[in-house]
Amino acid sequence: MSMLHLHYDVPGDDFTRAGEASGDVKHKLKRLGYEPDAIRRVAIAMYEGEINMVIHAGGGEATVDIDPDKVDILLQDHGPGIADVSKAMQAGWSTAPDNVRSLGFGAGMGLPNMKKYTDLMEIQSVVGEGTTVHMVVNPGQKGS
Amino acid sequence: MTIQEMAAACGWRLLAGEEGTGAQVEGCYIGDLLSWVMARAISGNVWLTVMGNVNAIAVAALTDVAGIVLCEDAALDEAARARAELQGIPVYTCPANLYETALQVAGQLHG
Repeated sequence: MSMLHLHYDVPGDDFTRAGEASGDVKHKLKRLGYEPDAIRRVAIAMYEGEINMVIHAGGGEATVDIDPDKVDILLQDHGPGIADVSKAMQAGWSTAPDNVRSLGFGAGMGLPNMKKYTDLMEIQSVVGEGTTVHMVVNPGQKGS
Repeated sequence: MTIQEMAAACGWRLLAGEEGTGAQVEGCYIGDLLSWVMARAISGNVWLTVMGNVNAIAVAALTDVAGIVLCEDAALDEAARARAELQGIPVYTCPANLYETALQVAGQLHG
């Protein structure tokens, strides 16, 4: 049982609400006194994940477990899945449509950013069923 | 120097987020690609961009930048204005381009 267990629904196709979950987690970590670097890493990784779910998967769910030495983030969607995960992890690779690019996203940096800012990142994806991204940030590790 | 003081010196006009205008400016970041900015802008930067959408406000909040300056009179959309107000993120506008605005910032920070 974690110190703090949080659950969020990430609405699909609504860019105006993307960032609510990561913003709330950031706020809570701040109040709990986590160091700024760890808060920043969690917030960036989670926001990129939220944006991915909005762009590609019609939304999804985020579950966050907060402990003193570990922030555990689980993002689950029932979108189209990722056919080639290793390709999707390459910086610059993107399948985002033009309207998303005009908003300032879709440059193929989301997944690489998520990996860069976390201490552990695992992707499980089944085409036609959905994608699960598990990320862990250990405060005091890595650093940006 | 606060972003409010810098804005007054540079002639930027406040569009939203007055509550946050006491934030200290310690540097500058320039960019429009949000994933790029999110990974590189740091706390205390004044962020120069032309992206005036709600996601830009979210990126500003997540990175703790001092505020946003929308250069070349780039528009701030209504959802973004509301979010900036709610989160107290100062958003300014100015007619100068990114380079000219960066020079203004440098002049203020480094005299």
